[in-house]
Amino acid sequence: MSSAEALPQGRLTIEGKAVRPRKWLEQAIGIALFGCALVSILTTVGIVVVLVVEAAQFFQEVSVIEFLTGTKWSPKLGNQFGILPLLCGTLLVTGGAAVIALPIGLLSAIYLSEYASHSVREVLKPILEVLAGIPSVVFGYLAIVTVSPMIRSVFPSAGVFNAASASVVVGFMVLPMVISLSEDVLRSVPRSLREAAYALGATKLDVTVKVVVPAAISGIVAAFLLALSRAIGETMAVALAAGNTPKITLNPLESVQTMTAYIVQVSQGDTPAGTLEYRTIFAVGLALFVTTMILNILAQWFVSRVREKYE
Amino acid sequence: MSHAESTKYHRRRALLSQVFAVVCLAATALCVLVLVILIWEILWNGIPWLNAKFLTSFPSRFPEKAGIAPALASSVWLIVLTALISVPIGVGAAVYLEEYAPASRWRNIVQLNIANLAGVPSIVYGILGLGLFVRALALERSILAGALTLTLVVLPIVILAAQESLRAVPDSIRGASYALGATRWQTVWYQVLPAATPGIMTGVILAISRALGEAAPLVAMGAAAFISFVPVSPTDQFSALPVAIYDWASRPQPEFHHVAAAAIVVLLTVLILLNVTAVYVRYRYGQRIRL
Repeated sequence: MSSAEALPQGRLTIEGKAVRPRKWLEQAIGIALFGCALVSILTTVGIVVVLVVEAAQFFQEVSVIEFLTGTKWSPKLGNQFGILPLLCGTLLVTGGAAVIALPIGLLSAIYLSEYASHSVREVLKPILEVLAGIPSVVFGYLAIVTVSPMIRSVFPSAGVFNAASASVVVGFMVLPMVISLSEDVLRSVPRSLREAAYALGATKLDVTVKVVVPAAISGIVAAFLLALSRAIGETMAVALAAGNTPKITLNPLESVQTMTAYIVQVSQGDTPAGTLEYRTIFAVGLALFVTTMILNILAQWFVSRVREKYE
Repeated sequence: MSHAESTKYHRRRALLSQVFAVVCLAATALCVLVLVILIWEILWNGIPWLNAKFLTSFPSRFPEKAGIAPALASSVWLIVLTALISVPIGVGAAVYLEEYAPASRWRNIVQLNIANLAGVPSIVYGILGLGLFVRALALERSILAGALTLTLVVLPIVILAAQESLRAVPDSIRGASYALGATRWQTVWYQVLPAATPGIMTGVILAISRALGEAAPLVAMGAAAFISFVPVSPTDQFSALPVAIYDWASRPQPEFHHVAAAAIVVLLTVLILLNVTAVYVRYRYGQRIRL
């Protein structure tokens, strides 16, 4: 007891300065920090409220059924508000991007996780981070200046703006994400599984394709879904490369318009607030938000399955 | 299976395995090749157009006279304001989640919500900015409205990075602080945050890089492709480097594509400087606490 009495009571000094605890300050800070966390909730609420309120006014004039099933999109001329052409454009570009990003991404992830030595990985990972950090608009520039002429030299029928060039650049944009997420799950597969397979006389190919990848499949699917969601929401590159022609087509050499590119197109013209055309931004935005949200939630569900398995 | 057949079979499997290794390596090499092509194309097209006049001139109808002064100044305004707003809120939210909030349903909801916000396309934030900041709060198309919109885009990145750095601070430090009679906030402020600062800084710099390169939310909320003055206050109208690049790249004349490339060189230079700073911070201050 005597030694405790010798200590200065209730005085905490940090680097020579006395700091006195104050209860009201502690509480005020707790509340302020809570407020910071609340901002994230309010952001979600804000997104939903803004999109739904404006879209609701849009749907008073255009029926939801017409919006979801109409096959013509021409808000300026002819007042036709069928979102299918925009959806088709988005799916065409995203599908093309997936054809590039998913196989190359998975193979690269396998290389980094199963084959590459530590030093090679140390070099490659920062390179992939640089690729991931390049802004969308730069990829858009590349699509117009480099990719589109290349595609046109192979397929002379392709337009200056075409879905294929958008697909190519979006594919490479989401590639680093596919690689890094897939690599993480591949590496989290326990070593014992690999060694058991080797002990049975399997080659490295057998181990990778028949043991490691199946064990990590939930996480790989999650990575693919997140990449698709990114590709669907990708804006500037697609607005530059794919063109502004809303139509239902599966031909990647034609010019199409995606949901995101449409929003950019309307935003650039000075559309007065309160008009039906202005409100299409919010209706299309809502469709985009819901689509990507569903993919993100699905991805999180797959991720939680991986956790259950190995943690 | 005869012995000869068996040897052949094993040899084929070994060969197949090696072919697969080469295919995987080729896929990875392709990623690197794409980056090299990208940088080469931009430097080759952009460098000849890049000079001091390009940095200080205003946009023009004539490609040879076009410059990026207003766009560059706007971008600097935007990222400084975005950092000033997003860092306190983002770190505050992370401290709340890691150090204050008890494990509860509410905490899980906030965490899930942040993960979802990180996956929302940036253009949706632009629409929110248009509806909330530009219209409802009547900030018009000002730098402040732009910075607030970008804040919402990068906030999930800042929060997640800060949370990760806070989680990496060993519990023994907190325990030691509490044992000396420090309160929760004193522990956070004097012990945990200083230990987590390098990690938080890295996350913040990455978030700022993201804000610098974002064009979609700014275009959606109505940022001008070009303005004819250098903005001097947060209430001024604004442009941004990526928005100007978008406009130049979308023009049919090839000369403007060179202007776009030159502007991209400037944008990428700033981005690389930011990232080098991030790496430096990580290595210089990253290993102070080792327990």
